[in-house]
Amino acid sequence: MEIIMEALPALGSAWQLILQPVVLGYLVLGVVMGLCIGVFPGLGGIAGLSLLLPFMFGMDPILGLALMVGMVAVVPTSDTFASVLMGIPGSSASQATVLDGFPMAKKGQAARALSAAFASSLFGGLVGASFLTVFILIARPIVLEFRTPELLMITIFGLSMVGILAGRVAIKGIVAAGLGMLIGTIGEGASSGDLRMSSYDFPYLTDGLKLVIVGLGIFAIPEIISLLRQDRAISQEPELGGGWLEGVKDWWANIWLSVRCSIIGVIVGVIPGLGGSVVDWIAYGHAVQTTKDKSRFGKGEVRGVIGPESSNNAKEGGGLVPTLLFGIPGSGSMAIFIGAIALLGSGQIEVGPAMLKNNLDITYSIVWLLALANVVGTIICIAASGGIAKLTTIRFALLAPFLFMIISFAAFQSGQNLMDLVALLAIGFLGIMMRRFDWSRPAFLIGFVLARPAETYANQAVQIAQSQFRKSLGEGFEYIFSPIVIILLIITVISVVLGLRQAKNILAEGDVQSGSKRAPLVFLLIITAYIAYAFYDAASIPSYSRDRTFPMFVAGVCLLGCAALIIRMMLKPETNTIFADRELNGEDADASHRLWPTLFWFAALLGLTALFGFILALGAFLFSFMKVRAGVSTIYAIIYTACGIVFMCGMAWLLNRDFPPGLLQEYTNFPWPFN
Amino acid sequence: MSTFKTTRRVAASLLAAAAATFSFQAHADGHSMDMAGKTVEWIIPFSETGGSAKWANFYAPLLSEALPGQPTVVVKFMPGAGSTKGANYFQEQEFEDGTTIFGSSGSTQFPFLLGDPRVKFDYADWNVVLASGTGGVAYLPPDLAAKMDGMDASALKDIDFIYGNQGATRLDLVPTLAWEMLGLNVESVMGIKGRGDGRLMFERGEANIDYQTSSSYLSGVTPLVEAGTAVPMMTWGALDDDGNIVRDPTFPEIPTFKEVCESTEGCETSGEQWDAWKAFFIAGFPAQKMVFLPNGASDAAIATYTAAFEAVKARPDFAEISGKRLGKYPQMTGAAAKKALDSATKVTPEAKAFIINWLQEKYGVSLN
Repeated sequence: MEIIMEALPALGSAWQLILQPVVLGYLVLGVVMGLCIGVFPGLGGIAGLSLLLPFMFGMDPILGLALMVGMVAVVPTSDTFASVLMGIPGSSASQATVLDGFPMAKKGQAARALSAAFASSLFGGLVGASFLTVFILIARPIVLEFRTPELLMITIFGLSMVGILAGRVAIKGIVAAGLGMLIGTIGEGASSGDLRMSSYDFPYLTDGLKLVIVGLGIFAIPEIISLLRQDRAISQEPELGGGWLEGVKDWWANIWLSVRCSIIGVIVGVIPGLGGSVVDWIAYGHAVQTTKDKSRFGKGEVRGVIGPESSNNAKEGGGLVPTLLFGIPGSGSMAIFIGAIALLGSGQIEVGPAMLKNNLDITYSIVWLLALANVVGTIICIAASGGIAKLTTIRFALLAPFLFMIISFAAFQSGQNLMDLVALLAIGFLGIMMRRFDWSRPAFLIGFVLARPAETYANQAVQIAQSQFRKSLGEGFEYIFSPIVIILLIITVISVVLGLRQAKNILAEGDVQSGSKRAPLVFLLIITAYIAYAFYDAASIPSYSRDRTFPMFVAGVCLLGCAALIIRMMLKPETNTIFADRELNGEDADASHRLWPTLFWFAALLGLTALFGFILALGAFLFSFMKVRAGVSTIYAIIYTACGIVFMCGMAWLLNRDFPPGLLQEYTNFPWPFN
Repeated sequence: MSTFKTTRRVAASLLAAAAATFSFQAHADGHSMDMAGKTVEWIIPFSETGGSAKWANFYAPLLSEALPGQPTVVVKFMPGAGSTKGANYFQEQEFEDGTTIFGSSGSTQFPFLLGDPRVKFDYADWNVVLASGTGGVAYLPPDLAAKMDGMDASALKDIDFIYGNQGATRLDLVPTLAWEMLGLNVESVMGIKGRGDGRLMFERGEANIDYQTSSSYLSGVTPLVEAGTAVPMMTWGALDDDGNIVRDPTFPEIPTFKEVCESTEGCETSGEQWDAWKAFFIAGFPAQKMVFLPNGASDAAIATYTAAFEAVKARPDFAEISGKRLGKYPQMTGAAAKKALDSATKVTPEAKAFIINWLQEKYGVSLN
């Protein structure tokens, strides 16, 4: 009661702060900027906030907060555009939206998918804010209950979603997830800095691969290449069905799913250290498990869009708890947010344990600015979705070079190294092959995203538990098997059992025909060889280092899976589902262009960049692609190229980013942007 | 596309607004270098989220105001290989017009001092224009702090301590070596992403000893001390003009490690171990973060930047705004910065050998 008596006046003064025309104006400004930046894959809150930072110094705190919160809040809303329209996971928060959103766009229902997603985002944001208003007062002790074993258990729960997304052959899904985890462990180990699958002679890999590159490579590139080969628009239907109103109705019909997923989002968001990487998968898994007819998931089931989208905006609200109460950022953008808050005014807002006591009104202002930004952002997005959905009817050959340009730029921003583009192409090729042979790409991505937390928390939990056991047996068990761990363990087991039973019905990659034995077997053998080498590589790390245990364990399990798959391939006839191969049947087989020439275009962009730098290479690439592949007139191609380059330079100038330099730039000294 | 044009307009108008604000601030100087219309790139070899980012974001707008012609100062983050990547990149930059500067930190200094094979840079080539100091505070849970007899930590020797460690060769080696010298049995749990995670581990009761740099201690631990869930144990201290360790000016009431060591049996404030600890403390804290111009910088450029940072320090509100953000530590320019750089990047071969051997024995970390 006492708490509420304190909270109510603070809530009142928070609303007084927010509801000033100038504050709302700054909020809208922030929202619009956030939408513009969030639309591009790989550019999210971090890029946007960095842009605002120089203006924060000494700014009136509430105005600065309105601007920044407006920008941060809409990123998970706006990156839905890329997920639904192009199958590109815009950020880690919208990976799962791709699974059903993109198939809906292919069916001509982009507007419906978008507006269902936006309605869910809005609702999730509001549920998140309402929940937080009460919860934030009592959050501190609850958050502190989540120790390392609990964090590890949540990570494992996230990994268990692989069970649902494993595809028709469960072992293939598990090996795909394991492969993702092994790729996630590349680089310096977190424990003692030992190198896995990399060397200091070749420094690029020592920092590991970035999520932007793996996400774009594994999802976006295979889809872009596939659409380009078929040389048609994204939507197979000439007429766009399902307007935005229908999407809102879909959301209303599934409101309880939306409520539950929002709450999942807030709760997982509250726990520091996990953030966005698991939320959408858990929500997607929940959506699947609570749907009677599971056969439509992966082919354009609207519930598969509503679940993750409800959770990812709610998560932003939840993420404020560790950020404001503990001063520990839940994500990269929150880290900049903390830094920027210190710049505001005369620096009187001190994020951390004293925040609630000294700045409860500011805390509430942030929570409700976040909710308000969601409302504004959603209205803008829904209004725009009908028009933007028309993009799906444009001939894809006209869209593809632009997309290649955007994803190359986005990938390069992650490490500012030409190797980023090479890695993108390599992972993209892996993605194409996984798609072809029906290996679960979502499972791979879950494995990749959760590899680092799983390894770190496992190592830390073991080490701390050992110390607790040294004190006494009782304290050790109490530490490992807390009530939260036991509950999570039960949920995980149930979800794995149910998931594996249902996985056969959920074809996240669509139906794939089987054919000859040779190609699928060759791919499996290559995967097995990589895993075996990863095992050998990890085993050669000295035995006192903890950095070898996790990759060895994962690789060991995967090798068993690979062995089982090889035996099965030897025994089964070539019509078995294990030999799924997209090139033999269906749309890829009927495509008007072959895989290699299409991939060559993208590789050519990379090669030219290595020689002449990104901007010159881009000019040559855009022009010749338009002229040769899309077959447009010279004038059209010139205009297209010019627009593309101006756009790219404008964006880089605005965000103060560089382009990849090539060999030519080593010897010459060009002015920006050619340097 | 049309939406994006809007961003550019918005940004352009924001820029215009900012330019208008700056132009009101008159500046009187007669430097040879006019930087009007230029863009200064300040390379920070860490991600947007760390302490160096906070430090650079604090200084960037002030520096922009103070440089002649008010150039735009942008902070450019180049993380990788624990800051070695960005430092190697900076080493390759040639001086042109003073629009490239670099911000290093203790985590850049340590691999350099320890001879990490990835280090391809040399501090001796660079030109320091600012050195910012900081300090650090170790703290304990109240029940363990109560066991200390004044400054005597002998009673803590039979306790199993757990500490969230960012990495054996990072700044964390200063606290871990200090605790070892006191005879404490501290087990390092590795893989902590930042000191904030370490504090959270302490708050959750998983770790029972921790340290924070001064600014994080002020914002994150002081409330815990007030709430009675943490008690400060000691600071690393600060250096006086003669190079002696004295009490930290930000925390004059907390004893230094040196004092605690003197009061604790078995801990020596002389000899090889102490010298090694002191050398790495000096490299890591009193001149933790520095701003450099690249190899071959002109005297005019060095003078211009030095004057600009002096102008920032001379702001009437500087003590107030920097005290909150950076703590009460010397922000050194000119000769003082050079002296700080010297002491931060030179350790005796004995100290280096001691630490390398200690890392090998304690953590199995091999630096060759």
